[in-house]
Amino acid sequence: MTAPFRFVRVPIDVSALRGALADPACGGYAAFEGWVRDHNEGQRVRHLEYEAYEPLAVREAERIVEEAVARFGIAHAACAHRVGDLRIGELAVWVGVSATHRDEAFRACRYIIDEIKHRLPIWKKEHYANGDSGWVNCERCATAPRAHDAGHPHGHGKPDAV
Amino acid sequence: MSAPLYGLVLAGGRSSRMGQDKAALRVGGRTQLEQAMTLLAPHVARAFVSVRPDQRSEALRGRFEQIEDTRENLGPIAGIIAAQERYPDCAWLVLACDLPLLDAATLEFLLRARAPERLATAFRSSHDRLPEPLCAVYEPASRGALAAYVARGQNCPRKFLLGADVQLIDEPNPRALDNANTPEEYASAMSTLDGAPVAATRRVTVQYFALLREQAGRGTESLVTAARTPRELYAELARRYPFSLDPAVLRVAINSEFGDWSAPLADGDAIVFIPPVAGG
Repeated sequence: MTAPFRFVRVPIDVSALRGALADPACGGYAAFEGWVRDHNEGQRVRHLEYEAYEPLAVREAERIVEEAVARFGIAHAACAHRVGDLRIGELAVWVGVSATHRDEAFRACRYIIDEIKHRLPIWKKEHYANGDSGWVNCERCATAPRAHDAGHPHGHGKPDAV
Repeated sequence: MSAPLYGLVLAGGRSSRMGQDKAALRVGGRTQLEQAMTLLAPHVARAFVSVRPDQRSEALRGRFEQIEDTRENLGPIAGIIAAQERYPDCAWLVLACDLPLLDAATLEFLLRARAPERLATAFRSSHDRLPEPLCAVYEPASRGALAAYVARGQNCPRKFLLGADVQLIDEPNPRALDNANTPEEYASAMSTLDGAPVAATRRVTVQYFALLREQAGRGTESLVTAARTPRELYAELARRYPFSLDPAVLRVAINSEFGDWSAPLADGDAIVFIPPVAGG
């Protein structure tokens, strides 16, 4: 049985990950791919890096997948996340879900990626066309901390539109 | 290859002889429950506290992932069985929460001696040569035997180990498995530890990531600190490094788990201050 979450340092092999979720009892498969895009908050991005506190990220991701299984009644779910340097257009994250029917597959997939973005200790540093670089969600909040809901520190500005 | 190892701290008892919740008694700056979870953390993929259903929201136990007993009035064996029912493919490192003198070295010894081809690996008590069931590794293969044992009306985990194909080993530190069930036993354990005032300093490891790593100029650091909590520790480090992130936007992790800013720090803790995340 596939590990529910893993970090990878090479391009994500979607076909292999998807294959591991195949199950003759499942009629629906839903997946999400997060791609590295060339702009963020008005700046042109040249490339970026992901960094993670891996032991905790893996534990928390496994909990998220378990929650998704319990809440939505799906059969299988898995996720892979890149760490290291990524170029524009590369896959940063992949989430796959297989279920009896499409409804719960879609919902669980959405749940998993949303929770991953909010809860996992993973950070992204963007390198911009003008030579600047910065840690997403960290640079602008440096001097003006704002109230957060108790559980999840996340972006202050516009949420990354995906 | 051995089955994946999960941890379980048994805290579903009634502490009747102690007269107060044993899990909440303090040992060197931590509660016994926290101490047991801390000892487990480096060795297991996930750690849980075993609880009765009525303890689910209790303040101390509510902080951890829980496995609720599925049977009443069976004693500690119910905790082990509930865990095996929940995750039948895992091996379980089971600890009682009333072993105040249990140390990391004894646990490491147990894991090095673990015999995954047997049903369980446990220490033989240095007092009476009987197996100690509540500081032991139960392999997935023991699930059926335990369920059958309980179905026959038995519930003593020690007797289960006596009758099963288990690996018994001698404890390297004879006091480590002293359990404290009564106020007198607890007092005796505490005097062995030279009382339990909170130490003036402790050695901790801090790992820095992302912006904090750049501002600290290093990825990791081991230091002796007088800080008693992560909050005090961050304040101390922020006096030394040009940290621009206010603690209000950070989370803290202690020993690879999300932690509390007010949690008491103990010797050997590994701390990570978590800047605002941007994964996915």
